[in-house]
Amino acid sequence: MRNFMKLVLGMVATCLALALAPAHAEFSPTKPIDFVIMAGKGGGADKMARLMQAIVEQHELANRPLVPVNKSGGSGAEALVALNSATDPDHTIMVTLNSFFTTPLRQPGLEVDIMQFAPVGRMAEDTFVLWVNVEEGINSFEEFLAEAKARGSGWVMGGTGSAQEDQIITDFLNDTYELEIKYIPYKGGGAVAKDLAGNQIDSSVNNPSEALGFYEAGTVIPLVAFTDERLPMFPDVPTLAETGVDFAYYMQRAVVGAPGMSDDAQAYYTGLFESVYNSAEWQEYKSDKSLLGDFLPGDALRDYWGVQRDRHETILRASGAIN
Amino acid sequence: MEVLQLLLDGVWAALQPVNLGLAFLGVVIGLLVGAMPGLGSVNGVAILLPFTFVIQQLTGTVSSPMIFLAAIYYGAMYGGAISSITLGIPGASTAVATTFDGRPLALQGNADRALVIAAVASFIGGTIANLLFTGAAPLLATVALRFGNPEVFALMLLAFATFVGLGGDDIPKTIVSICFGLVMSSVGFDIISGAPRLLLFDSTEWFSRGIQFLVLAIGVYGIGEMLWTINSTSNDIKMASAKINLRRVFRALLWMRKCWKGTLIGSFLGFFVGILPAAGATPGALMAYGVTKMVSSRRRHFGSGEVDGIAAPESANNSASTGAMLPMMTLGIPGSPTTAVLLAGMVIWGLTPGPLLFTDSPDFVWPLIGSFYVSNVIAVLVNLACIPLFIRVLRMPFTILAALIFVLSVVGTYAAYQNMYDVWLMMFFGIGAFLLRILDYPLAPAVLAIVLGPIAEPTLRQSLLLSDGSWMIFIERPIAGPITICAIVLMLLPLLGLIRRKFRAMRD
Repeated sequence: MRNFMKLVLGMVATCLALALAPAHAEFSPTKPIDFVIMAGKGGGADKMARLMQAIVEQHELANRPLVPVNKSGGSGAEALVALNSATDPDHTIMVTLNSFFTTPLRQPGLEVDIMQFAPVGRMAEDTFVLWVNVEEGINSFEEFLAEAKARGSGWVMGGTGSAQEDQIITDFLNDTYELEIKYIPYKGGGAVAKDLAGNQIDSSVNNPSEALGFYEAGTVIPLVAFTDERLPMFPDVPTLAETGVDFAYYMQRAVVGAPGMSDDAQAYYTGLFESVYNSAEWQEYKSDKSLLGDFLPGDALRDYWGVQRDRHETILRASGAIN
Repeated sequence: MEVLQLLLDGVWAALQPVNLGLAFLGVVIGLLVGAMPGLGSVNGVAILLPFTFVIQQLTGTVSSPMIFLAAIYYGAMYGGAISSITLGIPGASTAVATTFDGRPLALQGNADRALVIAAVASFIGGTIANLLFTGAAPLLATVALRFGNPEVFALMLLAFATFVGLGGDDIPKTIVSICFGLVMSSVGFDIISGAPRLLLFDSTEWFSRGIQFLVLAIGVYGIGEMLWTINSTSNDIKMASAKINLRRVFRALLWMRKCWKGTLIGSFLGFFVGILPAAGATPGALMAYGVTKMVSSRRRHFGSGEVDGIAAPESANNSASTGAMLPMMTLGIPGSPTTAVLLAGMVIWGLTPGPLLFTDSPDFVWPLIGSFYVSNVIAVLVNLACIPLFIRVLRMPFTILAALIFVLSVVGTYAAYQNMYDVWLMMFFGIGAFLLRILDYPLAPAVLAIVLGPIAEPTLRQSLLLSDGSWMIFIERPIAGPITICAIVLMLLPLLGLIRRKFRAMRD
């Protein structure tokens, strides 16, 4: 059934592609493209990947469908290994986040060198905001610090995965303000948001896209943004820099190809995702969910990876996660 | 009263020719993907998601494409039972528990009864879930929020306990079987630390994705069952006759009286498990089977063609699939893989699933809820009408059927993840299951463990992190406490029974 549907879809798509595509196209996919998502279902990365897939389908940007596969195991290790051992690198791409930097650093045994991956394009940089449940009665970052200090290790922060984005920020807060916040890792941001709304945990550093539903419903409130400038969506929420501590942290939302992808294929996917980036839907999503950052193609993205990897290495070393 | 008015408007919208046609088409597609081993609702929904953009453009509403996808989801829950009963291969992961009793009943020549009960129980489960959904969606969303990690773990413990505590099976063997399933479920990357576990033979490619539940299920129930049938009938391979006519269907309907208990347990428990994010219809159906077996007075007949053992998982998987829509729509968190795809669809159509969906988009929500009722009626009618067709499968000589089962098992396993390793593993499990069965090990507990393991493990570890390692967290919390105590008591029951027997023997 599935293969039959694929065949039909494929035939329709091929006809369209033949009608529309310029005759000199160098690479075009010859089978459905594996679209690996480095995170669990319902989190920020997942929603975004499925939006990208939808935009590609809706505007018929590719002649073969993108087939999303969630590989959330081991803080992205499962996805990295899958890409590293992809049998058909020209048809295997992945949506990544910052565990792309941290997981290979923490697990050299995976033998993953991110510089070998094909840089397709950075679609945005996601932002981090500190959230608490309204019932806590906390309205400012200062009140949060006082309360968290008073409760010591009784204050619980939920976040996605171990020694990655959310824990990096939590560690930073603990170090800088001499707090003892307890960090509990979850499989995805959706579950964190739900547990904060249900008062199972005391705070989170969810991305706006993950917490927005509950924010709009008035269940959770933002206290501080870990960005360089205030987010347009939350004009009254200060940045951490305004409180006197110079710290900003972003998460890449990028598409990468499997190691060994041909240059032609990489160029094809860069073009494809640049079209996605420029679509009205993506731009709308970006502003709706408080995403920042421009499109970074190919080599510019690889340079960005170099900088980010070094920064994360420093952070992980400082926190003792690696030595 | 206001709810009733909204619901009536919704049903009316769902009955419009376009929506009715889409619901019908969706149900039929769902039945097909559900009945195909290896493919389930998630595949059907994911493949047809792009098609919904066309529907949206043609109809100009956001509810029509969703009605279509929801109908596929529904249809697949009905369809899964068909191959579980007629072939013994679970058509979808949600229908694994249906094979436990559905297959034996079919082998006894009563496939029609099994299929009718599956269809009617599905209908009742779906309807009860719809009523609960309509009446209390926002309220139930807050219940789902009360369930943190300790509560979910307690619930998982209860599910295991139902299989250990009151089974007629050999208890040490049941525990061995559960442990085997748990070990299988821990293969792959550790969820919390990211460390690789049990990657045997230094083969990352084989095991890094973990052992997929469907691979084990198809191996055990497809290949294992086929080998067992060949073995137990030795030279005399003849299928029991499978007749079907209107009178038999009617008589089968009367059997529903015998399974009201399973149906009710399945409907309510399934719905409740469905609304918990991260659970979904498969654990719901397995738990319903376990609980029904536990409370049934015909406990010993479970596994050899007990009608309640079909009604419970079938009503539960339909009920859970409706339940899983609830956290998706009200919290924006999918309760099952299929709802994750549906959620993506809603985001694309420009909706914001979350606490405000009901107030912001009533013109989406109510026609959709209306369509739950409509699709449910369509699904049961289509299903009942097709039963004679399904029965024909059973008229095939077993020599042909065995080959068909083998081919479907291989194709189904490959289709699910497009990976040859899975096919080899499936064969291994099939042969292993056959051998274990000769040694009289129950296999259902292993299947249960591999489904619930990935939910139980992270919730256990997160809870213990929360409590600094104190196990009292499962007893002290107001919701987790009673559940945990029930689970422990259930597990200890066989021990108490043993002591009592020993005591009596000593007195005599």
